[in-house]
Amino acid sequence: MILNLPSASTFAGDVDSLFMLVTWLVGVWFFATQAMFFWLLWRFRHRPGVPSQYVTGKEPHLKRWINIPHALVLVCDVVIIVAAIRVWSQVKQTLPPPDDTIRVVGQQWAWTFQHSGPDKAIDTADDVWTSDTLFVAEGRTYHFLLESKDVLHSFFVPVFRLKQDAIPGRRITGWFKATKTGTYDILCAEICGIGHGIMGGRIVIRTPEEHDSWVNQHGGAVEPEAAVTDTTATASAGATN
Amino acid sequence: MAHHAHAAAHGDGHHGHAEQNWFLKYFWSTDHKIIAFQYMFTGMAMALIGAFMSYVFRMQLAYPGMSVPFFGHVSPDVYNALITNHGSIMIFWVAMPVLIAGFGNYLIPLMCGVDDMVFPRLNRLSYQLFLISTIVLIASLFAPGGGFGGAWTAYPPLSSTAKYSLTPMGSTLWVLAVALEFVAFLLGGINFIVTAMNARAPGMKAFDVPLVVWMIVVASLLFMASVGPLIAGAVMLLFDQNLGTAFYDPKRGGDPILWQHLFWFFGHPEVYVVLLPAMGIVAEVMTVFARKKLFAYKTVLYTVIATGVLSFFVWAHHQFVAGIDPRMANVFTVTTVLISIPIAEMCFLYIATLYGGSIRFTVPMLWALAFMAEFLIGGVTGIYLGASGYDIHAHDTYFVVAHFHYTFYPIAIIGTVAGITYWFPKMFGRMMDERLGKIHFWGSIIPFNFIFIPMFFLGMNGEHRRIYDFTNFPDLAVPWMQNLRIVSTVSLVVMLLFQFVFLFNFVWSMFRGKKADKNPWNANTLEWTADSPPPHGNWPADQMPEVFRGPYEYATPGRDKDYWPQNERA
Amino acid sequence: MSTKTIATQRASMNMPTGRLAVWWVLMSEVVIFGGVLVSYLLHRLSHAEWAAQAAHTNTWAGAFNTLVLLTSSLCAVLAHAAASKGNGPKAARLLWLTILGGFIFLVVKTFEWSHEIHLGFTLQSGGFWSYYYTAAGLHAFHVIAGMCIMAWVAASAAKNQDLHRVENIGIYWHFVDLVWIFLFPLLYIAK
Ligand code: HEA
Ligand code: HEA
Ligand code: CUA
Ligand SMILES: [Cu+2]
Repeated sequence: MILNLPSASTFAGDVDSLFMLVTWLVGVWFFATQAMFFWLLWRFRHRPGVPSQYVTGKEPHLKRWINIPHALVLVCDVVIIVAAIRVWSQVKQTLPPPDDTIRVVGQQWAWTFQHSGPDKAIDTADDVWTSDTLFVAEGRTYHFLLESKDVLHSFFVPVFRLKQDAIPGRRITGWFKATKTGTYDILCAEICGIGHGIMGGRIVIRTPEEHDSWVNQHGGAVEPEAAVTDTTATASAGATN
Repeated sequence: MAHHAHAAAHGDGHHGHAEQNWFLKYFWSTDHKIIAFQYMFTGMAMALIGAFMSYVFRMQLAYPGMSVPFFGHVSPDVYNALITNHGSIMIFWVAMPVLIAGFGNYLIPLMCGVDDMVFPRLNRLSYQLFLISTIVLIASLFAPGGGFGGAWTAYPPLSSTAKYSLTPMGSTLWVLAVALEFVAFLLGGINFIVTAMNARAPGMKAFDVPLVVWMIVVASLLFMASVGPLIAGAVMLLFDQNLGTAFYDPKRGGDPILWQHLFWFFGHPEVYVVLLPAMGIVAEVMTVFARKKLFAYKTVLYTVIATGVLSFFVWAHHQFVAGIDPRMANVFTVTTVLISIPIAEMCFLYIATLYGGSIRFTVPMLWALAFMAEFLIGGVTGIYLGASGYDIHAHDTYFVVAHFHYTFYPIAIIGTVAGITYWFPKMFGRMMDERLGKIHFWGSIIPFNFIFIPMFFLGMNGEHRRIYDFTNFPDLAVPWMQNLRIVSTVSLVVMLLFQFVFLFNFVWSMFRGKKADKNPWNANTLEWTADSPPPHGNWPADQMPEVFRGPYEYATPGRDKDYWPQNERA
Repeated sequence: MSTKTIATQRASMNMPTGRLAVWWVLMSEVVIFGGVLVSYLLHRLSHAEWAAQAAHTNTWAGAFNTLVLLTSSLCAVLAHAAASKGNGPKAARLLWLTILGGFIFLVVKTFEWSHEIHLGFTLQSGGFWSYYYTAAGLHAFHVIAGMCIMAWVAASAAKNQDLHRVENIGIYWHFVDLVWIFLFPLLYIAK
């Protein structure tokens, strides 16, 4: 629904539904409030000979008009909170077991991606390293290990509705499962210096077969970038999932 | 400002001030009204600078790579410095000085019926520190290496490490300026709080205090209670930058996230620090021009206090995806969404105030009403962001930018202009021109919506913040998005052109406007019982006002006038 | 600007304006130190190795300084008592004793710090030392500021002027003392 932005992950739809739910719940109140506001402006505009009334705000028949909506807003709040937490815990708190793992490293001002090679395990000799383009297979659950070499960056894939800051000195684990093939933007959503405005990447989502044949072709062939390995990947308590 | 000389002639024997030279009078003065003007004019000058910056970077966004008229080519580092300082200026050097220090200084003594602040010299010192901070900030823009470009939130390690930011001096001067500004407002805040608490007119009980005074006091309290950790944090940041400490350096036992907590523990209360004075101004204006008692004064006050208290428990909603423990987000999404309860109540009560009124659409009233209508958009979009699940996507996109401009613009521009046009007759003894005022109003409000509505849609589609050129990202470079950016920029240019109407009206009315009498709007609060403009000391020492009732007694039954000044004996 | 404003003479809250202001100043100070100390504590808890660093601090010097500050606070209390009896000169003498306490405190600090710097523990030596010097430095800065103001108050108290200020500066001094009582165990004892 969100205009022209495709949804390409399992949870993208849930994030969008949450958006719609909030739109309905606050939208109703927003328009009701505005309507009341403009109606009162019109109804009680200054007319010669019609003085204003003395209303203190203690009149029960008027206070009702505040208190009932107010209680209903609270109900809406509770609904929003419950829905928000459900989506949140699905995206950020509960990691389904992975089919594959990738490492994502941000640095001024590029992304480096480490894919598992044919052996489907990361940090082995046949890993595939790329910069600026991430290759994943549709329908597989990925864990990503997010690291940074210098300042804060943020791994943002709009079509996944996924975003996570990368922090130097920590490794943050997250997950996604792509549901749609295609090539889309990866953005860096945290200001990281002069090159923040060019720090983009692309994510290439292909069918598992296509992806696997690409992996088999490149497995171990691409030189690991020496620099990536020096990251101090100690996750401090609570920072990882 | 010839009329001040005339005003001083009214001055009472009590102070015994003879004619002073220009410097002593306008620069070294301890008179709360002069200090208010100093803050206000500095703030307005900074508003023009901040607005010019937004013009430059919006031009770059709409027409990437162009040479912006009156500025030139915008390189990435310049772009970053522009947005960083635009944000810092608009919040710390426009909203704060004008809304809190400007109106606070002007209104608190007048509305409390006293001759000055309780610590006039501290007050002067506060402005002087503020002025120094302003100069340091402006200097930072011209520092070798360029102005600081790490965003107004200044997250380390980018802000703490010259190697990463490439602006060694700009970063330092920026932090220094912000820290100085905080100290200036701490001094001012103490004055506001103590004056309003302790120096009220005889007979003025807590619930007889006009809401705008209450709100400025609560805002000062919030500020003083939340800024401390950030002052400490700023010192730590300065040390990290210049002395090699390791507070935020993960490689040597520090933690960059610490800064985020210190910053937002202050940063979120800060948004209510500027919101409250604006809400206060709106309350004064709405009651006067609807000729209505405020609907449920005490309840409004309680919602203000509830908002203030809650605001200390929501800060991490800025850090949902910053790498904090994901379980923490659940706590903060609850508190964040619940803050809509007091604020919704406050908005409802304001709107209810219109019920039974006799509403006059004067220029100040138009601005006050526009505040309500526009702020609601900013408020409800905050709920999207507070819903943690959606913030994963919306964080650091233009959805956020649109959200906070729909709160900040109503506060810092709409609310301020409502206040300026309302108190102008008191401040300068002359009326502003109504027709020019209405032209300026519509010329600002309509383009305002066209600037920022597109940003919601851009943000929903993943357009992220602080990017100097979106053509670098294939999915964001598509024509319909670029067109929205152009709509936004063109509207901005239109709006800026209409500001000249305001500036002209302001200056012209100051010298040529129709003379105003003491109480041109038939209002109740005490400032309208002093001369326009009030002399040094505000009232003759033997005629200090006494208070007999609350500030909103409009249309009280059994009286022939529809207002009942606070100082009028029953 | 010697004329008093009406504002200064009112007391709607039945509390002297100066004292009210001091309490608000302290509130903003509490959160400043609170920010530093909470940050330090959280880091300390997640960095067990900082204890080894803290072992290099001189607990005895810290303890002695605590005693010095407490004694000086006592002098401030006595000064207040004298001032409320209207005995300005006595209050002034006691304030000077308080200042002396602050001075001794600073001298001890100077020896401590130069020793530690001599051993190679500087601001740059990592997390613990960053906090150690910054927190204690911020505190020392408050001690110095308090001494300057106190000297000013004492000068006028000696002439029996503005005696209400004796109490106000005393409140401030107790606060400075109190901050040290938090700093001492956190920086010196916890090893
Ligand atoms: C004065 C300014 C101001 C104000 C008043 C607000 C008010 C609110 N803000 Fe906003 N906010 C900012 C200024 C402000 N904000 C700024 C500057 C940023 C970005 C900083 C940066 O990163 O640079 C920001 C960012 C920001 C974020 C972080 C976004 C991100 O970076 O990911 C969040 C998340 O929760 C948020 C939430 C809220 C909420 C819930 C409110 C609430 O107070 C709003 C409450 C009001 C209402 C809800 C409207 C009235 C109610 C009704 C009409 C009833 C109907 C409502 C319901 C049914 C709920 N804001
Ligand atoms: C009070 C706060 C405030 C105000 C008023 C504004 C006003 C405007 N802002 Fe600003 N903005 C911020 C606070 C504010 N902004 C902050 C905090 C950021 C984040 C920075 C960061 O990311 O680090 C930001 C970022 C920001 C961005 C995002 C940049 C990016 O991420 O790349 C954009 C983009 O268009 C933008 C545009 C504008 C525009 C077009 C206006 C226009 O509305 C400006 C129009 C100005 C006027 C109309 C004033 C005219 C002056 C007078 C009339 C004089 C009289 C004065 C008084 C009455 C006081 N702003
Ligand atoms: Cu990396 Cu922005
Ligand atoms: Cu916030």
